Amino acid sequence: MSWERWRIPLMLGPTVLIILVLFFGSLGFGFLQSLGFQPQLGNTELNFDAYISVMFSEEHASRFWSGLALTFWVAFASTFISAALAIAIALLLRRTFFGKRLAVFLFQLNLPIPHLVIAIGMILVFSQSGLLSRVAGELGLIDSPRDFPVLVRDSSGIGIILAYIWKEIAFFGIIVMAILQSLGEDYEAAAQSLGANRWQRFRYVTLPLIMPGLMSASIIVFAFTFGTYEVPRILGVRHPEMLPVMALDFFLNPDLNARAEGMALSIIIAVIVLILVLIYMYISARTIRRG
Amino acid sequence: MADVTVKELATADRSAGKRATGKVIFYATVIFLCVMLVLPVIAFFINAFAFRWFYPQLIPDEWSLQAWQRLGLLPPPGQFSVGNLLAQWTSVPDVIHALGLSLWIGFLVTGISVVIGIPAARALGMYSFRAKRLIEFVIITPTIVPPIAFSLGLNINFIRWDLALEAAGINLGLSGSVLGVSIVHLVPVMPYVVLTLSGVFANYNADFEAQARTLGAGPFRTFWHVTFPAILPGLFVACLFAFLVSWSQYLLTFLIGQGRVITLPILLFSAAGSGNNAVIAALSLIFIAPAVLILLVSSRYLSGESGAVGGFGRV
Repeated sequence: MSWERWRIPLMLGPTVLIILVLFFGSLGFGFLQSLGFQPQLGNTELNFDAYISVMFSEEHASRFWSGLALTFWVAFASTFISAALAIAIALLLRRTFFGKRLAVFLFQLNLPIPHLVIAIGMILVFSQSGLLSRVAGELGLIDSPRDFPVLVRDSSGIGIILAYIWKEIAFFGIIVMAILQSLGEDYEAAAQSLGANRWQRFRYVTLPLIMPGLMSASIIVFAFTFGTYEVPRILGVRHPEMLPVMALDFFLNPDLNARAEGMALSIIIAVIVLILVLIYMYISARTIRRG
Repeated sequence: MADVTVKELATADRSAGKRATGKVIFYATVIFLCVMLVLPVIAFFINAFAFRWFYPQLIPDEWSLQAWQRLGLLPPPGQFSVGNLLAQWTSVPDVIHALGLSLWIGFLVTGISVVIGIPAARALGMYSFRAKRLIEFVIITPTIVPPIAFSLGLNINFIRWDLALEAAGINLGLSGSVLGVSIVHLVPVMPYVVLTLSGVFANYNADFEAQARTLGAGPFRTFWHVTFPAILPGLFVACLFAFLVSWSQYLLTFLIGQGRVITLPILLFSAAGSGNNAVIAALSLIFIAPAVLILLVSSRYLSGESGAVGGFGRV
């Protein structure tokens, strides 16, 4: 019956169509525009001028390379620090104690709070007249707001990293806690009875068991921190600025020629993220084959 | 127990003391960590109600509702009455309008995503077919590729499509409209809805449907009385995530809404540059209230629901 043949395509059709047209279609069209395809300006010839201009022209090169370095730094630092802290907290919260449910709830509180709001929260907490500066002032550690270190809107991206840490600790945390819960404590108990100390149990038993889940969460977090606009826009400075902010800046420029450069930047961001994901998939496939 | 020696008692006492110290350190660490993590929310509450908050006061001497009055949510000081409050709210201040619009778009996106996501998830969860891996890849890719990479092209595409449709005599006006923004929110929302639900369908037994059909139920009655109750818990989680992901979108709404679709994140973002911390904090509290509510409701479904949990990564 012909209906049976069309059953699965019909079931998948709307979802796949939306993603193909809106996502892949726009990605492809963005790529075309980054190659200089702008029919409304009468330009249908394709070239790499926008990429060359963004990366190597005297006008943009220093802005691009410093931005790229900052983007890598922020993405790696946020991913690594929040993953490490989340593991530590998840292990801490594993035992039974009075108030555990409240602690776990507070640990997850930032999970549904949008990144935009956490970024604004960082200003209220870490700026020179923010909450922590006031704590230091009340304790007599500093005399005036100016004595408090510049932690938000700083040139090394600390404010951005802090916002991501606050947000992603909760994200990593819920994943690590779920893995720990499903594992139980049998493996560690076995290791302990074989004489493994606390560090050895963590390093050779617990960590390898949570590593696969942790790594796929890290990929999500890294890709997100690499390509998000709002957080660096609110907590960053003009120079150096993270690539997504730079891309939108070019794109919104009234000069239509700058649009190709904005598109080129957004494609560069996507390509870097995809390359890193592919490397990760290659490594994890190899590790699985080995062991 | 009678022949416990004094020495043994002393050792027991010492190790009990050690345990007590360990407990104090443990609780101190947990409390410190929790307070640090919740600090942004604490800061919102203090800022939203503080008045003349001089440095380095940690807790303000004076409190006020001026931020809420300024947002038009409360009548001016000294004029508080239920009538005034109602008049204030029915005049639809920007915040109420943005709140309503965010809710409306969130519900619309949730509804559409579930309606088209259920069959797709069913196909992926229950059947094996050619090119299944490819379809999965297509659906999952938007969760990894940064939104900026496709939203710039989408912005231009929507304008082009509008022009093309206009030339054909159809005035849809996707760009800058609530409909356009809602459609675009489907891109980040669909993968999580399909992932969550395909997990549900992978553990779903379709035999009951066959039984219902043999007993004479039509496809709609079968869905309503058999399929729907069986997938309800997973469906509920999928809906919450769909709403939450739509609720927190800034960049897509900004680029597709063309400044004409003012949702809460758009309002908050423009307020963030104003420097009025009290107003920013009050807006933030309004913005996070439904999100925290969703966490409260969904927390018992969360552990292990990996398809859904991934959605939090995009909020």
